[in-house]
Amino acid sequence: MCNQSVGLIQRAVEAAGISTVSITLIENITRKVKPPRALVVPYSFGHPLGEPNNPELQHAIIAEALELLADETPPPILKSSRHTPCAVTGKLQAKRRS
Amino acid sequence: MAPLRKLDPLSRFFMKLYRGRRYKASPHTPLCLPLNECRVALITTAGFLLEGQKTFGNGDCSYREIPNSIQTQALINGHKSGAYDERGLETDPNLAFPLDRFRELETEGKIGSLNRRHFSFMGSITKPHTLITQTAPEVAQQLKTDGVDVVFLTPV
Repeated sequence: MCNQSVGLIQRAVEAAGISTVSITLIENITRKVKPPRALVVPYSFGHPLGEPNNPELQHAIIAEALELLADETPPPILKSSRHTPCAVTGKLQAKRRS
Repeated sequence: MAPLRKLDPLSRFFMKLYRGRRYKASPHTPLCLPLNECRVALITTAGFLLEGQKTFGNGDCSYREIPNSIQTQALINGHKSGAYDERGLETDPNLAFPLDRFRELETEGKIGSLNRRHFSFMGSITKPHTLITQTAPEVAQQLKTDGVDVVFLTPV
């Protein structure tokens, strides 16, 4: 229910006059709650920013989410992340091999 | 999207039945400043708290204030849902509360500054009435008083 709670809190903050953006792990819940801007990520519960101790991936996801703040499309804006778990695993495997 | 099959069977069953809140439109506050001039605050529903703060109960709609000056390793996982693998965020709280990453963005000048405080909520709230009518607007008002321009939110 974390994803619903995030959307509900986000609605309250945006309604108070602050621009907001969130990460979501469950697209269909966020689609119903309609927070103004959310990035759908393809990771498991407990991993909204991808992987622990992987600042590079965490930064990439944050940057992608922050980009939504500049999107002038009227909200709700719900965008799927360009990152995929397979790409991440592949990258890690490549790192391990090197 | 997170696969429901990765949840424990009880949570998975509940998630399939839960109807949830439904809205027709979104509130909208367009960002009028460039990000490198914005004051930013974080909100997480990972249930993080600090030593000495009251632990969260089941379905608890309350929140904890997290000062910007803390070390992220001092954050305690107060969620303990058992529904998913929590080892990652116990090893690296940035996974669900990316304070160190935003500190780096602040140092690089990509955001203006971080607010003096951030907020942590519990995630597993199935009856969100108090959250919607009381605690979320309360936090929103505090952040508005702080002069925050942007809030970044993460679930768990």
